[in-house]
Amino acid sequence: MPHGINMEIDKISLTHGSGGRQMHKLIHEYLVSQLKNGILEKLDDSALLDNHKSGKLAMTTDSYVVSPLFFKGGDIGRLCVCGTVNDLATSGAEAAYLSLAFILEEGFPLSDLKKIIDSISQTALEAGVKIVTGDTKVVEKGKGDGIYINTCGVGFIPDGVHLSTYNGRKGDLIAVTGPIGNHEISLMLTRNLLTFNADIHSDAAPLNKYVSRLLKLTDGIKTIKDPTRGGLASALVEIAENSNCEIRIEEEKIPVDKDVQAVCDLTGLDPLYLANEGKYIIVCSPEAKEAVQSIFSNLSFMGEITGFQEKGRVLMETSSGGLRKIGMLETTQLPRIC
Amino acid sequence: MSVTKEKIQWIRSQISVPEGKTIKLMEVCGTHTMSIASHGIRTFLPREIQLISGPGCPVCVTSQDDIEKALILARKKNVLIVTFGDMIRVQSGHDKLENYNNVQVVYSPMESLKLAVQHPDKEIVFIGVGFETTAPLIASTIIKAKKNQIRNFSTLCMHKTIPEALKLILSDKNSSIDGLILPGHVSAITGSQYFGFMEELNTPGVITGFDALGIMESIYLLSQLIGENKNSILNNYQSVVKKQGNPKAMKLLKSVFLPSDCYWRGIGEIKSSGLKIREKYHQYDAQEKFNIDDLHIDEPEGCLCGEILMGKANPLQCRHFGKKCTPSQAVGPCMVSSEGTCAAWYKYGNR
Repeated sequence: MPHGINMEIDKISLTHGSGGRQMHKLIHEYLVSQLKNGILEKLDDSALLDNHKSGKLAMTTDSYVVSPLFFKGGDIGRLCVCGTVNDLATSGAEAAYLSLAFILEEGFPLSDLKKIIDSISQTALEAGVKIVTGDTKVVEKGKGDGIYINTCGVGFIPDGVHLSTYNGRKGDLIAVTGPIGNHEISLMLTRNLLTFNADIHSDAAPLNKYVSRLLKLTDGIKTIKDPTRGGLASALVEIAENSNCEIRIEEEKIPVDKDVQAVCDLTGLDPLYLANEGKYIIVCSPEAKEAVQSIFSNLSFMGEITGFQEKGRVLMETSSGGLRKIGMLETTQLPRIC
Repeated sequence: MSVTKEKIQWIRSQISVPEGKTIKLMEVCGTHTMSIASHGIRTFLPREIQLISGPGCPVCVTSQDDIEKALILARKKNVLIVTFGDMIRVQSGHDKLENYNNVQVVYSPMESLKLAVQHPDKEIVFIGVGFETTAPLIASTIIKAKKNQIRNFSTLCMHKTIPEALKLILSDKNSSIDGLILPGHVSAITGSQYFGFMEELNTPGVITGFDALGIMESIYLLSQLIGENKNSILNNYQSVVKKQGNPKAMKLLKSVFLPSDCYWRGIGEIKSSGLKIREKYHQYDAQEKFNIDDLHIDEPEGCLCGEILMGKANPLQCRHFGKKCTPSQAVGPCMVSSEGTCAAWYKYGNR
C-alpha cells in the first residue's frame, strides 16, 4: 500500500476530490506511479501528443458503469481499456492514447481502487496504449455506485484503410472471432442473477494488435464490429441495415462454449443476444478468408452476405434446418419462469 | 449435415396429411412456443400443418387484477417483492413492477427465504405464478418458512393448473384443434396419466420434450394418430416423464394448495383451474396478510391476447401487434413474456 495517504481512512473521502493535497497524493501514488509514461507524468491540464503519422485520426469515448466491479475474467479496469481500444480498432485505427476519468463515490475502498488501477495498467501494457491524461472527481455517498470510469481513446488510421458497417457487399463472408456469450453470463453469475455453479469467465481482451496484423496482410477487410451490448444478433442487424444487404448465417457455425450453452438452455437466454467484450464480427471478401483465419485461431466463418435488401435483414438457418429471422435486441433478456 | 438435421428431414418426409385436409395442432406450453419459433420449425413443416399456441405461458394468462395486486404490494413501504423475471414488465395501467426499486428478480423461490432472513424489518412477498411445474417449488418454500418460523414472508398466489383450461378450449364448439403437443415440464411432475381426460374429449396428445427433434417426432406421431382417428395420449419424452410423474412433488403441491376457481386473462373464470393456499398455511397468503380485495380491472381495449391464448386468433390479426405493442412497450402479456406467442412471432418472424 503506498504511504502518504491517510490509512486510517482507507476509503475515498470528499477531500480526495477537493483539488488539494489529498487529491494530489492520490493521483501521484495511485495513478501516475502505476500508469507512468512521459506524457502523463507532466500532469499538465492537457496532454501533448505527437502527431507522428499521416492519415486520419480516430477518436472514441465510452463510460463504464458495470456492476459488479470485479467478475471472473476481468473487472471494470480491464473493461475500460479493452472497450475503448477495441472500438478504435473497429475503424482500423492503431490505438495510441487513452484518457481516464474516474467518478468515485465517497467511501469507496482505496484497496479496490488500487486493484482497478493495477488492472488498467496491465491491460494498457497488453494493448500497447498509453494513458496520457485523466481526471478524478468524488461524489457524496449514495450519489454514485462506487466507481464510474470514462475513457477516451485516440488512434491513427493507416493510409488506405476504410472500415465501416456500410461496406458489406453480396458475396462477402462473415466471421466471428470466437465463442460468444461468456462475458454477460459471467456477469450474471457474479451478480447472483443465475444460481449455477459454473466457471465461466468474461472474454474481455484488447484486440487491437490482431487487427493491426490483419490489415497488414490483406486489403479485403470490409467491416470489423464488436458485438458488445445487444450481442451478435444486434451487431449483424446493424451491418445488414447500414449496408442494405441480406445476411445469412448458420446456427451450427456460431461458436458457443458448452457451459454457456448449458446455462442458456436452462434459463431460456439466447446466446445471440449476450454481450461480448473480446470478440469481433469480421466482414471480408472471399479472397481475404485465409488471412483472417491465420490471425484468429478460434475464428468461425458463420455466414455471408447473400444479396441486396433495401432495409437490411438477417436470416439464420437453424441447426434443425429451419429458417429464422434475427432481429435486434428489444429489451434486456430475463430468465424464464419454467 | 448434422445427424439431427438428417433425422429431422427424414421425419419430415414421413409426415403425410390426407388430401384437402388441414391439421391444427396446439402446443400448450410456452417453452414449446419459443422452441418452435427459434428453430424455425414452421418453415419446414408441410403447409397443411398449422401450429397454434396455447394457454401455457404463465405470464400471458395472468389477469390484470393479479398484476395490479402485485403493484399495490410493491407500493407499500416495507415490502420487498421477489419475482421471476418475466413478470416485471407486464403493465397495469401505466405502471409495472420494473418501475419499483423494491422488486428483486430471482431464479428460485427459495431465495425469498434467504432475503427474509437478511431483511427482518421487511415483508418479503413472492409473486407466485406458474403451473404444476413451479407450484411444488413454492409449496416447499412455504413449508420451509413454516418450519423455520419465518414470519416476514408470504406469496401472492396466482398459480394455475392446465387440465380445466384445456377442457374448456377443446370443448368449445368453435374449436378446430385436432391434437395437442403436451408440456414436458408439467408432465414430469404430474405424470402422463394426468392427461387421460383428453381421450373423452376426442383429442389425441403427445407429451413432448423441448428440442427440435422431439417436437418434430411428436408432430409426426400426432399426424399419425389423427390420420387413424385415434384419441390416444402418447409419451414422447420418456427419458424424463414417467406415468406416475413425481409423486413427491405432487404431494407437496397438494399439502399446501387447494384447487380454486381462477380468472385467466382473456379467457375468463375457469372452475377449479387455480391453486389457493390451504387454511393451515394462511399466514403465507399475501392477499390475506395485506388484506387486498379482488379488483375488477378491464383488459386493454383491442388486445387479442385472449383469443390468441385460446388458439382462435394469431398475432397478425391483432391491430396492436408490432405497432402499439412491441416487446419494449407491450400492451398485452403475450408480448411481454419471452414465451408469449406475440413475442415469439415478433422476434422470429413467421410465415
